[in-house]
Amino acid sequence: MEHHLTALDWKLLLAVPAIPLAAFVVQIFFGRRLPRGGDWLPTAGMFVVMCITVRMLFVALGAAGHGPFFHESVNEGGPVFEWFYQSAEKAPSLNLVAGVLYDGLGAAMLAVVGVVSFFVHLFSMGYMKGDRRYHIFFANISLFTFAMLGLVLSDNLLFLFIFWELMGLMSYLLIGHFSHDPDSPRIKQAAAACKKAFLTTRVGDTCLLFGMAIFYYNFRTFQFSEMWRLGAEAVAANGGEYPAWMTVAGLFVFGGTMGKSAQFPLHIWLPDAMEGPTPVSAMIHAATMVAAGVFLLGRTFPLMSPDVLQFVTVVGSVTALFAATIGCTVNDIKGVLAYSTISQLGFMVAAIGTAGAAVGTVGIGLVAGLFHMVTHAFFKACLFLSAGSVIHGCHHEQDMRKMGGLRKKMPLTFAAMLICTLAIAGTPLFSGFYSKDKIIASAWEAVMGHGGWVGPFALICLALAAMLTTFYMFRLIFMTFFGKPKDQHIHDHAHESPAPMVVSLLALATLGLFGGKMWAMDGDVLGEHTWFESLVWHVDHETGETEQFLYPGIDLSQMNIASAAEARAHDPEHTAHIGHEAHTRALIVSLGVLLLGVLGAALMYLKRLIDPARVTAKFGRFYTTVANKYYVDEVVDATLIRGTMSLSRTQKWIDENIVDGLVLLMGRIHKALGFVGAWIDKHIVDGLVNLMASVIQTTGSVVRLLQTGRIQQYVSFAVAGGILLAAFHILS
Amino acid sequence: MNLNRVFYGALGLAGAVAMGAGLQSAGGPGLAFGFCAYLILGGAAVCIWERSIVRSAFSLMATFLGVAGLFVLLGSDFLAMAQILIYVGGILALLLFGVMLSPPDNEERSLARVGAATVLVGAGVAFVAAQVAGGVAGWVMADTLPAEDSHARAIGLAFLDPKQYVVAFELAAYLLTVALVAAVYIARRRRVDYEPLPASAGGQD
Amino acid sequence: MGLGAYVGVSAALFALGLICIISRRNILYVLFGVEMVMNAAMINFAAFNHFNGGGLEGRVFVVFLIILAAAESAIALAIVLNVFHLMKTVKPSEADFLRE
Repeated sequence: MEHHLTALDWKLLLAVPAIPLAAFVVQIFFGRRLPRGGDWLPTAGMFVVMCITVRMLFVALGAAGHGPFFHESVNEGGPVFEWFYQSAEKAPSLNLVAGVLYDGLGAAMLAVVGVVSFFVHLFSMGYMKGDRRYHIFFANISLFTFAMLGLVLSDNLLFLFIFWELMGLMSYLLIGHFSHDPDSPRIKQAAAACKKAFLTTRVGDTCLLFGMAIFYYNFRTFQFSEMWRLGAEAVAANGGEYPAWMTVAGLFVFGGTMGKSAQFPLHIWLPDAMEGPTPVSAMIHAATMVAAGVFLLGRTFPLMSPDVLQFVTVVGSVTALFAATIGCTVNDIKGVLAYSTISQLGFMVAAIGTAGAAVGTVGIGLVAGLFHMVTHAFFKACLFLSAGSVIHGCHHEQDMRKMGGLRKKMPLTFAAMLICTLAIAGTPLFSGFYSKDKIIASAWEAVMGHGGWVGPFALICLALAAMLTTFYMFRLIFMTFFGKPKDQHIHDHAHESPAPMVVSLLALATLGLFGGKMWAMDGDVLGEHTWFESLVWHVDHETGETEQFLYPGIDLSQMNIASAAEARAHDPEHTAHIGHEAHTRALIVSLGVLLLGVLGAALMYLKRLIDPARVTAKFGRFYTTVANKYYVDEVVDATLIRGTMSLSRTQKWIDENIVDGLVLLMGRIHKALGFVGAWIDKHIVDGLVNLMASVIQTTGSVVRLLQTGRIQQYVSFAVAGGILLAAFHILS
Repeated sequence: MNLNRVFYGALGLAGAVAMGAGLQSAGGPGLAFGFCAYLILGGAAVCIWERSIVRSAFSLMATFLGVAGLFVLLGSDFLAMAQILIYVGGILALLLFGVMLSPPDNEERSLARVGAATVLVGAGVAFVAAQVAGGVAGWVMADTLPAEDSHARAIGLAFLDPKQYVVAFELAAYLLTVALVAAVYIARRRRVDYEPLPASAGGQD
Repeated sequence: MGLGAYVGVSAALFALGLICIISRRNILYVLFGVEMVMNAAMINFAAFNHFNGGGLEGRVFVVFLIILAAAESAIALAIVLNVFHLMKTVKPSEADFLRE
């Protein structure tokens, strides 16, 4: 049954980004004069936004149960924005009509952003109290929310990119919030961090722009639905294989994801971004901005060739394991969470990648990665806010080695954090379990299908990363909340956080608990029928048939070589059997790594049966490398940074010496010519004049000698003259 | 070698040559002409040559007399008389007075100067004169003196004829008067003697 | 004797007169020379007069020349005496008041 969005629905969807934008404008101009710095205005606005997005989500859930949910405003008479619109005869390729795209994925994402953003606003009212630029902070997070909401609602790649860039700017401003505060002790680090974030994501943005250009060159449109259609046509015209240029473009687009979603090696900005205030970390680095990269993958998935997806899988897996290893060595509470974010993003990306080698018409990995994006938003935001609460309670102490035994002092924070740690570890019944389990299942499917070496590689990396995730998260819990306090002074002064902060924590923790599935109320323990999945596809587990709602009209199996071959080679029953098999194996792996991780953390940090220092010594040099983050920053600095700096120094030298030298040379030539001219004028021209004068003077003084006054000489001259005249006259 | 003797010897020789040439070419009148020419040129040469200014003055008298003789040969007795009366009797006397009143100055005759002047002037004048003489070489005079009355009467009449030269004559007389008065005035005795000016006081006059 | 002879004599006397003027270091010799020059002119006039058929013009002019010479020598002598008073010397080269 086709579902239509009413005009009211479209207006509500437009209001969703408009409200934070309005809040931003008001805050910027009038924020200082409003009472309490105007924090209630954006928060109230975000509450309204949250209500609208949740309501729209329920609309979508209601509709999706009956069929695909996919709505484009350009096709359904909804709001459109005609930008560069020429008539079809004149220049059809320049047309850009932007509208709103509201489908299952968008609905889920919109709700997530709305909810998390609201609670972050609420939390900030407590956490940022007393900050010098309080109203500016709220203006910034409002504008950031506007950008993220706009990105989710965009129906074309160009507008997505515009909002993408705007988010980049806002993350710069927000991470660097303390760099504008002269009293802040970490002003320099903040400035460096926001610059690093911006520039690193810039690398990704440039790749994305290249990819967009290549796609536009071939498709002449940015509209997602058009691009999927044209992409399918291009693949079909190429005999079922992806053309080479699409692979290249897909790699570039994934480059954007690598930047924004902190994949290796562009992950270096995220740990430094912890210089920003904790609410910023919660919103940007847990829930929204880093998820934008994954969201982009979701929107452009039909355009990604299997080769690109292989690359995606490798990058994601490496990132997941790499970051997880570092997370075990970090002692800063926010730092652990930062590396955890990187690792989880690796999970999401790897999951989407494995969908390219999966069995069945649509790989489960696509859905798994997108679902994990949603659940991760909830529990990671809660974890960051809880960490903020701990930091606030310990009077801005962030080193876990100085904490301990805080669970009695901050019970509510402890509760929230424990719930979300269980979620991230993949404990059954918690939200993270459902999404993470599906990711591992997708990796198993890749192994059992035609994944080549990529499948096993991904599986091993992800499994190890999952175990390490559990380990370091519980390490965090045990070090912070259990045991004897390491610093008595801090312990004495620790206190629970004020109401706005705690409320946000608990709300998000609840979502972290129930966000995946409402405690398996319907008996579906394995999570085969989550709310998110109902939005994006429909799986018939008996027949193995899947119908995806994300890309209407696109048959993904046609574009997925491995899957198509499998689907043709085996009967659907076999495909379904593989799906079950993979799920079962994934469950065993998930539970196994969970138990191992908890056991390891408990032994080392709770019961102190194994001494962490001895383990460290055992690993020796490897430990130091990991603790130094594999020296990635140092390598980047030595090569790229120094290379660029020396290049610009060279340019500067060229400009100063050669270019300016040329100009100076011109100037000097003119000056020299001037000197020559002056010399000529002085010596030659004046010389001539002086020469004439001196000639005349000499002649005069010579002739004057004739004037002797002696008459006899006068007479003789007269005579001589007379004779000469006569002779002349005679002779002529 | 006494330069004076050389000079005078040459002079005498030249006279002989001149008179002989004249005699040869035109007989009696020619001799007369040669003699007069000798007087003129010889007197002038001696005037230049002589160291003593008095002797120079007197040799000038010979020149004047020779000129008078030429006048006679050219058929104007009145002019000869006038020449002798005025030049020898008047102007020469005047010059001799001047000589007398001037301080004595036996100057050193610079032969170099004389020689140089001779060369310069002589060459030039000779050249010009030769041209003129060449041009008039064909003019030959009648051998006989004109048989006419003394033309003194004619000249006198001419001087007083209103249609001829009376104005000029009067002006000449006037000129003479003025000259006389002027001369007297210029040469008058002054009460106070001048300061002697330093020699070569050119100054910035 | 042809006119050429008379012109020659006249020229020679003229030259000698010039030489006398410019080559003696006594003022009075200048006066002598001037007289010589005048006489040369007179000879010339008379000669041309005679060889052009007589007539009065030449002779009259000679008379005027004589008058002129007389007047001129009178004044010249007066001037010379004045100069003698001033400079106490007869050297014309000393009387270079016209020198710049």
